[in-house]
Amino acid sequence: MAVGVQIPENARIIRNLLHGAQVQHDHIVHFYHLHALDWVDIVSALSADPKKTAALADNVSEAPWGGVSYYKSVQDRIKTFVDSGQLGPFANAYWGHSAYKLPPEANLMATAHYIEALRLQAKAARMHAIFGGKNPHPQSLVVGGITSVRDLSPDRIAEFLYITRETQDFIKKVYIPDLLAVASFYKDWGGIGGTTNFLAYGEFPETSAEPDSLYMPRGLVVNRNVGGVRPVDQTQVTEDVTHAWYEKGDAKHPYKGETKPIQENPEYRPGSGQYTWLKAPRYEDLSCEVGPLARVLVAYGKGHKDIKPLVDSTLQKLDVPVQALFSTLGRTAARGLETIAVGDRIETWMGELLANLKNGDTKTYEPWEMPDSGEGYGLNDVPRGSLGHWIRIEDGKIGNYQYVVPSTWNLGPRDTKGVLGPMEEALIGTPVADPKQPLEILRTVHSFDPCIACAVHVIDPDSNEVYKIKAL
Amino acid sequence: MEKEKEFYERLNAKGVSRRDFMKYCTFLTATMGLSSSFVPKVAEVFAAPKQRPPVVWLHLGECTGCSESTLRSMYPWIDELVLEILSIEYHETIMTASGDQAEENLHNAIKKYDGKFICVVEGAIPLKYPGYGRVAGKDFIDIAKEVVPHAAATIAIGSCANFGGIPAAAPNPGGYTGLGEALGMEGKIVNIAGCPPNPINLVGTIVNYLLLGKLPALDDLGRPLFAYAKTIHDSCPRRSHFENDEMVEEFGSEEAALGYCLYKVGCRGPETYNNCAVAKFNDGTSWPVEAGHPCIGCSEPQFWDNMTPFYEEL
Repeated sequence: MAVGVQIPENARIIRNLLHGAQVQHDHIVHFYHLHALDWVDIVSALSADPKKTAALADNVSEAPWGGVSYYKSVQDRIKTFVDSGQLGPFANAYWGHSAYKLPPEANLMATAHYIEALRLQAKAARMHAIFGGKNPHPQSLVVGGITSVRDLSPDRIAEFLYITRETQDFIKKVYIPDLLAVASFYKDWGGIGGTTNFLAYGEFPETSAEPDSLYMPRGLVVNRNVGGVRPVDQTQVTEDVTHAWYEKGDAKHPYKGETKPIQENPEYRPGSGQYTWLKAPRYEDLSCEVGPLARVLVAYGKGHKDIKPLVDSTLQKLDVPVQALFSTLGRTAARGLETIAVGDRIETWMGELLANLKNGDTKTYEPWEMPDSGEGYGLNDVPRGSLGHWIRIEDGKIGNYQYVVPSTWNLGPRDTKGVLGPMEEALIGTPVADPKQPLEILRTVHSFDPCIACAVHVIDPDSNEVYKIKAL
Repeated sequence: MEKEKEFYERLNAKGVSRRDFMKYCTFLTATMGLSSSFVPKVAEVFAAPKQRPPVVWLHLGECTGCSESTLRSMYPWIDELVLEILSIEYHETIMTASGDQAEENLHNAIKKYDGKFICVVEGAIPLKYPGYGRVAGKDFIDIAKEVVPHAAATIAIGSCANFGGIPAAAPNPGGYTGLGEALGMEGKIVNIAGCPPNPINLVGTIVNYLLLGKLPALDDLGRPLFAYAKTIHDSCPRRSHFENDEMVEEFGSEEAALGYCLYKVGCRGPETYNNCAVAKFNDGTSWPVEAGHPCIGCSEPQFWDNMTPFYEEL
């Protein structure tokens, strides 16, 4: 935009495909490998009855594997692992905590799927490699389009389709049933961990017209008013550094944004002082949650043809009201529901690409020249949430470049007025059964899929004892 | 023999045939530049050791891309690496423990496996302002000093841990450096270079260590020669186009569609040592040049400063 280039149709589609694949991949990894063990007790899985587990799995999921011998072998595998005395990454966790509510059989089923998902995600990442060269850090995206023109071939397209279908199969037959099965035991989490305002830049342009053609729409929900989704104007975005480890200054729009880290060793001074590397992004002074829940709420409020029925049927299945969306459970559920919709849509985009190729349109790049001066921005929604890039060009070079990323929105600190960041707000009122094992805190922190390592300090108001928890 | 039989039975149960497994071992052996007589020995390393070799993985100034890359390992699968081959004692992203308990795991591992564990370090270390990066209130440099001397072998994974990477890019406000430089241990630490590196090069290094009891031979930047002895340019399938002066001058051109050489649109292949063209990424699916994008030189020191602007001819 800053250089005045409109990328060709095929480049737009390939970017959607790469991005859609990213949603499929990331959300599976988040649910199983970064969040599931907040709800699933692996140790309890050891005492499960494989027969009952097989029956449960048949009942709740359509997983392509299962049966008594399968669950027996998974249990044996875990048992061998535990008996080795080397518990590796599962050592010293909160196993047996009173907040774990699943019966042993559900724990065994979910543990088996945790392992299956480890393999599936490695396969799913190959979608990125097909059109992007590798994953992580694909490399075919350039200003003006994409470079992987030679990969728009029948064999590559077929391979991509094969993998996206296998992944989508897993999402529908395993991930979503697991999500619903787990959620049904934790319905009280539909009332914990919610926030107030939600921002989605939206994603997946289906024509050159943005934001109108975005498959996941752009919008702002203020004060949980889902019925009144407002349009988004990027000029209203600012970043405040009052409580962040940067040189002091007023809140600034990213075009004028500065990133000047303090020239000293930072000290952690929560409350009125500086306590984080994250700035505090605001939209019209509002602290906004971004990510799957924000996207799903905006789409739901706009009556999205795919998202609305998915949300309604899920609320009905779990027998919870719409208000339950504003919660830790809602956040985790929204991530799964969005994956169904986006994963299905990949087929539509691939159909468009194939139609273009059939018609002889193989254009993937539009040449451009760096202007002497100019400015521009790019707004999109990546798996973790709204991502904005702002550039100012001066003397034919980048004069200023700022980006405001999802985890900065979600995990940013208080602003100059003392308004809390979304995750800070979400944690207020979280019940913690045992401050030495604050599993409940991890649930809400992890539900945001944070892209940072963060420390939470739990203070017992009676004893004033301080516990430090690293939520990773 | 009994153990081996059991091992293959277990592989079979997981849908991996003995043939597939040996194929993988052959591939890995070849990647490591060992003769084919080593194939059965490579297989042995994976045949369920009594005590799984302990690994302590530190995260310093980084993006976790190297861990993500490792999660994409398909031969062996990551669940096998975690459950049957290695014992990942500490890894902040995949470990379930948090807070004090996580710290406890780190200290227990160092004590229990003193002088015996493999330390993998991901991320750079700020020296100008050590407090720029901390875990559990401790500066990165102090964590590295506390853990690395107790390791049997230390592997720095990725550009950040190798040479400082993106945190060290100009103007480098925190004074970030790679691990070897920060600890004054250059040459004693293996650098698996790349942003992120191919997991096959990490697995290959670990297998080398388990198999031969020593780290692989290194180049003068600490990179294993089995992976980093040749330039991208020397092993590039598009090399003949370079020799014939068949060049891509603009993305999206006819020459780009023909797969010509990317030298003129900025390829850093001639100055970059790595095995991308041979090993490829994600189960051999592709690599940047195959996707029509010039090499950006990510396995070389200070590539953000030295290899940019990326799209201008060398």
